[in-house]
Amino acid sequence: MNAISIRNLEKVYPGDGEVYALKGIDLEVEEGDFFGLLGPNGAGKSTAIGIICSLVNKTAGKVMVFDHDLDTARVLVKACIGLVPQEFNFNVFEKIKHIVVNQAGYYGLERRLAYERAEHYLKKLGLWGKRNVQARLLSGGMKRRLMIARALVHEPRLLILDEPTAGVDIELRRSMWEFLREINASGTTIILTTHYLEEAESLCRNLAIIDNGRIVQDTSMKNLIAQLDRETFVLDLAKPIGILPEAPGCVLRKIDDRTLEVDVSKEQVINEIFTCLSAKGIEVLSMRNKTNRLEELFLGLVKTDDSMPSTVKAHAH
Amino acid sequence: MRTRQNFIAFKTILFKEMVRFTRIWVQTILPPAITMVLYFIIFGNLIGPRIGEMGGFDYMEYIVPGLIMMSIITSSYANVVSSFYSAKFQCSVEEVLVAPVPHYVILLGYTLGGVARGLIVGALVTLVSLFFTDLYIHNLFITAAVVVLTSVAFALGGFINAIFAKSFDDISIVPTFVLTPLTYLGGVFYSINLLPEFWQKASLVNPILYMVNAFRYGILGVSDINVGIAFVIIGLFVCILFSIGIYLLHKGVGLRT
Repeated sequence: MNAISIRNLEKVYPGDGEVYALKGIDLEVEEGDFFGLLGPNGAGKSTAIGIICSLVNKTAGKVMVFDHDLDTARVLVKACIGLVPQEFNFNVFEKIKHIVVNQAGYYGLERRLAYERAEHYLKKLGLWGKRNVQARLLSGGMKRRLMIARALVHEPRLLILDEPTAGVDIELRRSMWEFLREINASGTTIILTTHYLEEAESLCRNLAIIDNGRIVQDTSMKNLIAQLDRETFVLDLAKPIGILPEAPGCVLRKIDDRTLEVDVSKEQVINEIFTCLSAKGIEVLSMRNKTNRLEELFLGLVKTDDSMPSTVKAHAH
Repeated sequence: MRTRQNFIAFKTILFKEMVRFTRIWVQTILPPAITMVLYFIIFGNLIGPRIGEMGGFDYMEYIVPGLIMMSIITSSYANVVSSFYSAKFQCSVEEVLVAPVPHYVILLGYTLGGVARGLIVGALVTLVSLFFTDLYIHNLFITAAVVVLTSVAFALGGFINAIFAKSFDDISIVPTFVLTPLTYLGGVFYSINLLPEFWQKASLVNPILYMVNAFRYGILGVSDINVGIAFVIIGLFVCILFSIGIYLLHKGVGLRT
């Protein structure tokens, strides 16, 4: 069964210049998947999530969540979903245990069970000690974790996280990744939007890239990575070099006297480059990827074209 | 069947609302009581004896029902408009919107939260009034029914105001420029029989006149208008405002993009 099945979803924001946020997207997410939805700012990710979660009215198309039609069974759709939105959206004057317990109440959980679940998830996310603190007094990372606890309190079949680790430090981000893997392993389908491509690479099994209101890539992470045919490495040298040496089968660039860049194709054996450099008396101290490899691919897929902004006016159609 | 879950969701909204206004009782419950004390002192004790009787009662006795009703109206309205607009402003309203809570449950929860504050304030003002005059209830059923229906009507009004409000200024426009004038001109301080014939008829388009007079009938047994008509009009207002509230929630006006 698909956790989500979207057909020809469109969203037009009306106004002086109509904005086409989604231009007929199709998307399927299997039950149990850890699915990434990537795209640049304004691509339409949050609009799509907003429609699935009933926060945005769609213009056209069909959305099914666990075979429940959003148009005819909205209550059942909502009952399946837990949402961690991009922006903080809780009453900052409420105590955090009340925020989580009340959310359970909106989903129809008895008060006693709501308190038990709140305790469980607040403990899991390291917030139990702050349960009687007003939400406004929490740090940014704690606020993010609070929203995750709140989204999980009714134990949804589908958890949607819209940039959950934005502004979160690396250590906390890693621990949140572990927690999300655990939730996914227990059977919860997860859809994640993120700007951190390392995060998507580390967590997601399948992903879609959305740009300018259209899905430009919908595949598995494995397939996407396989599309990479070239990587760029930066070599830090032990001694300064004068003339740029030549190496067969690869392109070397001199950045400065002690730094070289080398483009290596997927089939090339890296040892050959070192052998060639050693033969010329060049010693390499260290080597690193110039950029995240997924990042390069991502940028290639969502090339920004200034003449075609993501907000397309109605008269352009 | 989700009846049980809906009832829990309703209780959750209502409980949250009650916790909110009782937590800030200095801002929500105390001020109307203090304002009413001033009304009782100035209009009842100082000016009242010079006015003499109205409708066969001391002036103080005559204005007490109107002042109680005034505090109920403003408190019920203010609670919902400020609470729901704050929830919109902080986006915490999304907590309810993403959950499987039917629109009527959201509307009932917030409305009865406003009614709860209106009734608590009304009870407090009634207690305060006992320091200034004796209070006998002519008809308990009519008194209670008018109080609850009026409170519901204005809580619904507050909800609709909050839905349309785009800034904090917008939630004070209706109370300042509509509610307060209508309340003052709704027979709180006088009988409309004192007005010239044209203004007596003009007063009849003011819904608050019916609420104040029906409540006054419940307590004192006197009214400028027919109590049956008053109930029909108040009931009509409740039905119309409830329908508008449901329609706006269904369309997502001011809530969903």
